[in-house]
Amino acid sequence: MSTPTLTPPRQPLFSRLPVVSHLKKSVGLQRGMLIVGVVLSGLFILTSIFAPLLAPYGYSQLSDASGSFPTQQAPGGNHLLGTTVGGYDVLSRVIWGSQTAVTVIIVSVAMSLFLGVALGLLSGYFGGWLDRILVVVADAIYAFPTLLLAIVISIVISRGQSSFWGGIFSCAFSITVVFVPQYFRVIRAETIRLKAEPFVESAKVLGASSLRIIGRHIFKNATRTLPLMFTLNASEAILTLAGLGFLGFGIEPTSAAEWGFDLNKALADTSSGIWWTGVFPGIAIVLTVLGLTLVGESINDLNDPRIRGRKRAGRTPVLSATPETGTSETPAEAGKP
Amino acid sequence: MTTNLGNVSDQSVAGEPVLTIDRLQVTFATDGGDVHAVKDVSLEVKAGEVVAIVGESGSGKTVTAKTILGLLPETAISSGAVVINGNNVISVSKSTLRKIRGRDVAMVFQEPSTALNPVFTVGWQIAEGIRAHATDGKRVSAKEAKKRATEALRKVGIPDPETRVDYYPHQFSGGQKQRVVIAAALALNPGLIVADEPTTALDVTVQAEILQLLRDLRDNYGTSIVLITHNMGVVADLADRVVVMYQGDVVEEAPSRVLFAEPRQEYTRNLLAAVPHLGRHSASEGARSRLHQDGKVLVEAKNLTIEYPGRFGRHGFKAVDNVSFTVSENEVFGLVGESGSGKSTIGRAIAGLNRTTGGSLKVLGYEMLDFKERSFRPLRKEIGFVFQDPAASFNPHLTIGECVAEPLVIHTKPSAAEARKKVGELLESVQLPASYAQRYPHELSGGQRQRASLARALALNPRLLIADEPTSALDVSVQAKVLDLFKDIQEQFGFAALFISHDLAVVDMLSHWVGVLYKGQLVEQGIGNHVMGSPQHDYTKRLIASLPVPDPDEQARRREAHRALLGG
Repeated sequence: MSTPTLTPPRQPLFSRLPVVSHLKKSVGLQRGMLIVGVVLSGLFILTSIFAPLLAPYGYSQLSDASGSFPTQQAPGGNHLLGTTVGGYDVLSRVIWGSQTAVTVIIVSVAMSLFLGVALGLLSGYFGGWLDRILVVVADAIYAFPTLLLAIVISIVISRGQSSFWGGIFSCAFSITVVFVPQYFRVIRAETIRLKAEPFVESAKVLGASSLRIIGRHIFKNATRTLPLMFTLNASEAILTLAGLGFLGFGIEPTSAAEWGFDLNKALADTSSGIWWTGVFPGIAIVLTVLGLTLVGESINDLNDPRIRGRKRAGRTPVLSATPETGTSETPAEAGKP
Repeated sequence: MTTNLGNVSDQSVAGEPVLTIDRLQVTFATDGGDVHAVKDVSLEVKAGEVVAIVGESGSGKTVTAKTILGLLPETAISSGAVVINGNNVISVSKSTLRKIRGRDVAMVFQEPSTALNPVFTVGWQIAEGIRAHATDGKRVSAKEAKKRATEALRKVGIPDPETRVDYYPHQFSGGQKQRVVIAAALALNPGLIVADEPTTALDVTVQAEILQLLRDLRDNYGTSIVLITHNMGVVADLADRVVVMYQGDVVEEAPSRVLFAEPRQEYTRNLLAAVPHLGRHSASEGARSRLHQDGKVLVEAKNLTIEYPGRFGRHGFKAVDNVSFTVSENEVFGLVGESGSGKSTIGRAIAGLNRTTGGSLKVLGYEMLDFKERSFRPLRKEIGFVFQDPAASFNPHLTIGECVAEPLVIHTKPSAAEARKKVGELLESVQLPASYAQRYPHELSGGQRQRASLARALALNPRLLIADEPTSALDVSVQAKVLDLFKDIQEQFGFAALFISHDLAVVDMLSHWVGVLYKGQLVEQGIGNHVMGSPQHDYTKRLIASLPVPDPDEQARRREAHRALLGG
C-alpha cells in the first residue's frame, strides 16, 4: 500500500445528513439564509412536539377552573394573545396548530413520495404505453388549479364530516394527489437520464435484471433531489392546508387547531378592530412557510457547485514552496512501478 | 511579417515578446480547501511564434490559458503578471480587459459546436466582436462589420464566404465550425491567439487541416499562437517552442526539436516515452498471416447492417452498412474509425445494447438478429465490456468491491466471503491493491478506475471482451500503463477481444488484426502492421497520413507526404 489516499475517509453519518452537510459547506449570506430557515423550521417542529407542554390551554378549551373564557379579549392577562369570538385562547390555538400542520406535512409528503418515486422509476425505466399514460395523467392533474383539486378530493374523502384523523387524512390525500405528479416527473426525468449512463448500461451488459438495475443502480442516484423537494413541498403543503381551512374544508375547532380555519373565523373581526385573532395565526403561517422555503432554497443553491459561494482562496499569496495540498487530480499511479 | 497586425505591428520588432507571463500563481477555493492550480509559471511568447503548453490533466495548462484572457471564475485568485502589450491582464480594469480581448488576444476553444451560438448566423457572431471594438474612435457600421467578417472567413479557407457568412453554425461541418471560431478570433487581427485544445474534439483528418490553417496564419500574418494541448503529435507538428507543465509548475521549456530529441527532465522523458508511436510496438510485428485462426470463431458478422430509424417521413440512418468480419478465440480485433464511422455501434450490437437490422451477426453462436434479452442473458457472462469513460461506468453509490462483485452476484450467487476473496484476486490481477474494494469510485484516479473496470469485465472469465475506447479518457502516461496491462491480461487469460479506438497507434499496439471503418463501411482489414505500414484503401492512406507523430522532423516529412497525397 504505497499509494496515498486521495480523499479523506468518509465522514460520520451525522455530518453527511442533508441539512447538516449543507450547513457545513455554506458561507456568508447563503449560510445566514440557511441558518434562519433552520431556526424557524426547528422552532416550528419543536413547538409541534411540545405543544401539550407549551400551550397554556387545550385547543378546544373554552373554560378553566375560574370559569368560562371571556370572548374577544385583547392580549394580556390570562390570555397572552387574547381570545377569539368563540372564546378560544389564541396562543393555544396557534401552538396546537403547528401540530396539525406537521402531521399533515408528514402524511402527505410521505404518501406522495412513495407513490411518486415508485411510479417515476417504473415509468422512466420501462417507458412504452405505461409511461405515456402516466405522463398524460400527471399532466392532467397539473392542469388543475391545486386548491380546486384539493377541495374536490377533500369532499370525496371526508364527505363533510371532520374528525381529527379524518380531517388530517382528507387534507393529506388532497395534497398528495397534487404533489404526486411533481415527484413523478422529477424521478422519471432522472431515471431516463440515468438509463443512458454507462454504469446502467454496464449493469445491463452484465446481465442484471431490470428490477435489480432499478433498485440498485437507479434508485439511489435518482433520489438526490428529494430533500430539496421535500422542504419546498412542505411549505406548499402548509399553504394548501391553510387554504383548505380558510375555505371551510379543514378541521373543526373541536377536533384540532388549524391556522387556516382560525383565519377564516377572524375575517369578521377585522372590521371591528379585533386584530389579534387574525394576525397571530397569519404570522405562524408566514414564519413556517418562510423557514421551510429558506431551507429548501438554500439547499438548492448549495447543491449546485456553480452557485454555491465559497470562502475566498488564501488571501495571503501562496508561495510555490507550500506543501502539496493533494489535488484530486493527482494520479495516484505516480507512486507505482 | 506583414504590417497587417493592427496595433501590435508598431511594437513587434522581431523577437519582441507579445505575451509575458511572470511568476503567475492561481489558487482556487474549493470544498476541499484551496487548490493551487498554477504555482509558479513564467514564460514569454514572441511575435510570430507558436508556443505549446503541454501537460496532463490537472497540470494547470488550461488555467494558465484562461488567465491570459482574464477568464478565470470568481473562485480563483491570481497573482504575478500576465503582460500583453504593456497591459497586465491580472490588474487592469474590466473595461480595459474588454478592450484587450479580441484586439490584442483572442481565444479558440476546444469544442467548436458549443463555442458558437446556434441561433445566430456565423457572420453575425464574427461581426459581434468587430463591432464591440471601435476603430479610429468610430463605431463600426453593421455593413462594414459584415464585410470584415466575410474577409475573415475567406482567410480561414471557408469556400464561398459571401454566401456562407449568412449560414447558421449547424450548416457547417465540425472542421468548418472550428475554422469559423478561428475566423472570429482573427477578426480584429490580434497579435496573439490562445488555442485551448483546438483539435481535440476533431477527427484526425480534420485535425490535420486545422493544424495547417494555424500554421498558415502564423506564416502569412505573423500571429503568435499559444497552443494548449495534451497531444504530443500536435505539438511536434506545429510548435516552435514547448513548455511542459506538471502539477502547476513548468517542468521544462525548450525549442520543439530539442525537447523531442533530448528531453532533460525525467518527467518529460517519461511523458514522451508513454506516447504511442505509430509503427512501434505493433502487436502483429513479423506476422505473415492472420494470427490465432486455429480456435473457434466467436463473433461472425456477415453483411451486417444497423440502421437507426429516421424521423417521420425521413430515411433511417445507416450507422453500419454491409460489414463482414470474424473474431476468433485468442484474437484481438482492432476496429478503427473516426467519429460517426459506426465502430461503437458494432461493439454495442455485439453486447446486445443495440439491435441489428440486417445481415447476420452471430455472437458465441447466438444470432443477434432475433435478439431477446431473456434468451441472450445466459450468454452475457461470456462477454465482458469495458466502457470509454471509467468515471461514468461505475455506480457512484457503490464501492469498487460491490461493483466488481456485481457480475459474480448476478450469475453465480456466491457467499459474501467468496465474493470478497474473488474480488481481491481480480483487483490484484489488474494491479490494484485488494483493499481498494472498500473505496468509492470517485476516490480512485482515472487509470485506477479503468483497471477496476477491466477487473469487473473479467470477473466471470469471459471468452469475449469488448473494449470501447477504453483509454481515450485517460492521460497518456496512464494510457500507456493501462494498455500494457490489457496486453498482459489478454495473453494471460486468453480471451478474444474487440478493441475499438479512434487512435491508430493504440490499436496497432494491441491488435493482431485491424479493420478500418469509414461511414459505416469496413473499407479495409488486414494484419495490424500491414494496414498501418502499407494501407491499400484511399481513406486508410489519408487517415494514416494525417496522424501526427511525436517527432518534429519525421512529422515535417509526413506533412509533406500528406500534402502530396491530397494534391495527387
